[in-house]
Amino acid sequence: MSAIIELTGVGRTFASDPPVPALADVDLLVHAGDYLSIVGPSGSGKSTLLNVLGLLDLPDSGSYELEGVETIGLGDGERTAIRGARIGFVFQSFHLLPHRDVTENVMLGDLYTGGRRSDRRDRARAALDRVGLSHRTGFRPTHLSGGERQRVAIARALLGDPALLLCDEPTGNLDSTNTAAILELFDDLRRAGTTLVVITHDDTVSRRAARRVRIADGRLSER
Amino acid sequence: MRSRLDPRDLAGEVLAGIAVRPARTVLTVLGTVLGIGALVTTLGVATTAGNQIAGRFDAATATEVTVDIPEPIAPGSPPVVAWESLDDLARLNGVEAAAAYVTTQPGKEPDVRANTVRDPGRVLDRVLPVVGATADLPAAARTTVAAGRFFDTGHITRRDRVAVLGAQAAEQLGLTRIDNQPAVFVDGTPFTVVGVLAAVGRPDQQALAGSVIVPWTAGADALHLGPARTVVVTTALGAAALIAEQAPVALSPNDPAALTVNAPPDPAALRTGVADDISGLLLILGLVSLVVGGLGIANVTLVTVMERTAEIGLRRALGARRRHIAAQFLLESAVIGLLGGVIGASLGVVAVVLVSVGRGWTPVLSLAPVLAAPVAGAVVGLVAGLYPALRSARLQPVEALRGPG
Ligand SMILES: Nc1ncnc2c1ncn2[C@@H]1O[C@H](COP(=O)(O)OP(=O)(O)OP(=O)(O)O)[C@@H](O)[C@H]1O
Ligand SMILES: [Mg+2]
Repeated sequence: MSAIIELTGVGRTFASDPPVPALADVDLLVHAGDYLSIVGPSGSGKSTLLNVLGLLDLPDSGSYELEGVETIGLGDGERTAIRGARIGFVFQSFHLLPHRDVTENVMLGDLYTGGRRSDRRDRARAALDRVGLSHRTGFRPTHLSGGERQRVAIARALLGDPALLLCDEPTGNLDSTNTAAILELFDDLRRAGTTLVVITHDDTVSRRAARRVRIADGRLSER
Repeated sequence: MRSRLDPRDLAGEVLAGIAVRPARTVLTVLGTVLGIGALVTTLGVATTAGNQIAGRFDAATATEVTVDIPEPIAPGSPPVVAWESLDDLARLNGVEAAAAYVTTQPGKEPDVRANTVRDPGRVLDRVLPVVGATADLPAAARTTVAAGRFFDTGHITRRDRVAVLGAQAAEQLGLTRIDNQPAVFVDGTPFTVVGVLAAVGRPDQQALAGSVIVPWTAGADALHLGPARTVVVTTALGAAALIAEQAPVALSPNDPAALTVNAPPDPAALRTGVADDISGLLLILGLVSLVVGGLGIANVTLVTVMERTAEIGLRRALGARRRHIAAQFLLESAVIGLLGGVIGASLGVVAVVLVSVGRGWTPVLSLAPVLAAPVAGAVVGLVAGLYPALRSARLQPVEALRGPG
């Protein structure tokens, strides 16, 4: 199986006063089709790790190969291009545009990565169908439940057909019923071959993943 | 591998960004609307007013010069302007017709009666001004004879007692026809009526309509009318100012300053003068409101960028480059400026038309400012959006994603 993520000796220290070593000497290997969860207490460095994995943030040390391409040393434009084309994000706070309807929100998914314009709406509908929201296509996000909103965000992430789906506390704002629906969806995605990295501090969420990694004080430990 | 954004998609995002906040967009547009509207109105009203004034001082008016001659210092002294010097004026380049005349002093008008009135009970002596004139008076005063003819230089040299009546004077004297050789008695002296004038064209020579006009020689003989007191000149188009300058010297080489010249104001100078007056203040006002409008756009766009920090973070996560973010906000403010320009120009045109209608003017609008207005609005928006757009592009994705929204 080919490696999607290969972190070697990654460190990230925030230059605040005092400096915060949010990640220290992190090694991580994730293969295509893996379903990995990262758990850890608040402030342990989970979001920092996800930002590094998502090319939103640069580590201070170490190496990060994404699909065999060394990303450290790439320019902002190249990292942006890889981020847009190869990585899908799902955030705790959904990050939907409140004034655009559900379909338009999903259509943003490959706006910047050269997705075909002509069938973008159809592909957005298909993605919404995949997350079970084909009956909500014309809704405003504000009229949806939390779980439905998160499914819109997942549909948006899926539109660009990413190699990697990064989820930061995807169920952090959801009740148990909605959480269960999202986890069902993750299982479906996993079966369809999507590579999933889910950050959570919720054990019910992390237990669904085939592989669990724990982070504490910026250090990873497999278990 | 590069991120890219189809221009049509960019346009869609820009329009969506503007359309979702209609109230804010309206308020943001307002400053530019006022600025552009004020500018278009100013220029339009200035052009219209300038055109109006130029129209009032039309080609005819701009060719009319009058010279007033003072009384001789003492009754015996030589006249300030001799009748003969009128020829020197008439020879000047640009003079089309020139005539000199003298009118009986107000309050000393003679009794005039016509001989044709048969009913003695109705006969009343009329008190009418008598004018002693040179032969070119009709051409110089822009009138013609309605009946008969005007006296000529022959009448003048022969000192013939002939008379031409102004239209009103003829009516007052009950003279309806002249083919029967009527005569008028001026202070008892008979003058043969050879003609009756039509309406007088020059506004400043309307008094002729109510006068009895005789050759200046006969006037001097019978009524002691004295030397010329008024010279009327019509000039070729555009020559009025020049003739006004040269006339006193031609008429009174010894003392040109004694004469008073009335010439029309130079229409070109008048037009620009009026335009300057109106434009000056209003243009500054318009520019100020345009700057204020630009600052308004800048301010609102900056607030929008702050508010949409999370959206910017999301777009960056979805693969938007800095330039895509900058372009979106830059275009949003440019479109708002453009909107302001279009609306402002339209309101400006309406205002110019309303002002013109209110004053009974013909609205005149040059196309250039109306077409330039939307461009100016867009440029204002573009400049205003520059700083907010740069701010938006400089946001780090991680920081932005944490932001509000
Ligand atoms: N920009 C920053 N500057 C300084 N310190 C930072 C910055 N970002 C994060 N940190 C610090 O780094 C550490 C790790 O933060 P991180 O957000 O990764 O935690 P987390 O595991 O995601 O926590 P949570 O579960 O609360 O989201 C924290 O101590 C945090 O205060
Ligand atoms: Mg976190």
